[in-house]
Amino acid sequence: MITKRIIPCLDVRDGRVVKGVNFQGLRDVSSPVELAKTYSDSGADELVFYDITASAEGRRLFTDILCEAAQNVFIPLTVGGGINTLGDFDRVLKCGADKVSVNSGAIRDPSLIGRAAKRYGDQCVVISADVKRVDGVFTVFARGGRDNTGLEAVEWIRRCVGEGAGEVVLNSMDTDGVRGGFDLEMLRAVSEAVSVPVIASGGAGSIRDFVTLFKTLPRVDAGLAASILHFGEVTVADIKTALRDEGINVRI
Amino acid sequence: MVGIIDYGVGNLFSLQSSFAAIGEACVVSGDPAVMRGCDRLILPGVGAFEDAARKLRESGLYELVLEEARAGKPLMGICLGMQLLFDRSFEYGEHRGLGFIPGDVAPIADFIGPDLKIPHIGWNSLQFRNESCIFKGVENGSHVYFVHSYHACRCEAYTTAVTDYGGTLTASVERGNVLGCQFHPEKSGSVGLRILKNFANL
Repeated sequence: MITKRIIPCLDVRDGRVVKGVNFQGLRDVSSPVELAKTYSDSGADELVFYDITASAEGRRLFTDILCEAAQNVFIPLTVGGGINTLGDFDRVLKCGADKVSVNSGAIRDPSLIGRAAKRYGDQCVVISADVKRVDGVFTVFARGGRDNTGLEAVEWIRRCVGEGAGEVVLNSMDTDGVRGGFDLEMLRAVSEAVSVPVIASGGAGSIRDFVTLFKTLPRVDAGLAASILHFGEVTVADIKTALRDEGINVRI
Repeated sequence: MVGIIDYGVGNLFSLQSSFAAIGEACVVSGDPAVMRGCDRLILPGVGAFEDAARKLRESGLYELVLEEARAGKPLMGICLGMQLLFDRSFEYGEHRGLGFIPGDVAPIADFIGPDLKIPHIGWNSLQFRNESCIFKGVENGSHVYFVHSYHACRCEAYTTAVTDYGGTLTASVERGNVLGCQFHPEKSGSVGLRILKNFANL
């Protein structure tokens, strides 16, 4: 039977992996190529590379690093950050990405998802949404969590899936970097609304959080993790062993 | 030399990197003469069956694949490339494939359990059926990476592995020198690299 996936997420800025707390106060972690290889060898099911650079030079550096990582890692790679046009899809797919995640680019131009899905297939297009509660409403934010778009999240994600997005990464800004567990309430609302795989992001702080995630929400397909893994306190193998012991199907 | 057939469908970067990683020479090309010079061929593919079959014909590589495989050259289809090896597909209508392996390509929806997501995306385990040389050194139950909404059926005599998704899906097939993997060996970690190595050493 299909397994639940554990996906390390590498936020890359100026050629290094960084990780922030609630999207601010970024800390330098390590070399993306090295880290990708380490994760792949230790049982990660997939990797996400997220380009958080703004400058053109940073973008070139990111693409070079992606190419190098992709030549050494033989598991699926998703790339996100700065994806606004089909040209951006091309740029990262040529460097070895298998899936491309769009966020602000789709908010600016919702037709991007449909056009990309038609050219590269639904399986290639991931909608990534940064969502925060505003007056109790799940609201989509753009530009790395800086702009309130006023869009209601469940409706927005459903629309993106209708346009052809083949997977959803739901990043709760309310739990991101806090390491107090995944946002089960938000994840439940989204996973019940769409029929494509949903990847939980934001809040993983302990092995137990992954067990709780998959036990509580069997419709969630994967868990994303950054800080908990990057600092080496917990390994992918530790998480998977705990999941297996709880009767959850994983690839070990 | 392994020839990866480039007919304008899908991303060949990972396949090329995989062969480099296992130390096997490979070439990516859409030139029939280059492919004729290779001693084994890979037919990749993503997207829709009809579109891929049309591109293969338009690129002039359809005849090449037919001739080379009929002459006994090892040929491995991957994902949609595997589906193209069959007689026909029912993806949005009915379309003819290369016809190397008797059987049909049909929506997985008719074969899987209720409430399961389509496409079938992620790591699932192989259950071996008929023996295959590409699984030498691979353990029964090993996980490989799948992304697909259609699969080959009515091909039990040629099925070398299946996978369970609330129902049985065809994971790999083999008939003489023609082989196919529904999963992506180039995305299936060390297990996948082993499978590619086995193919390169057939």
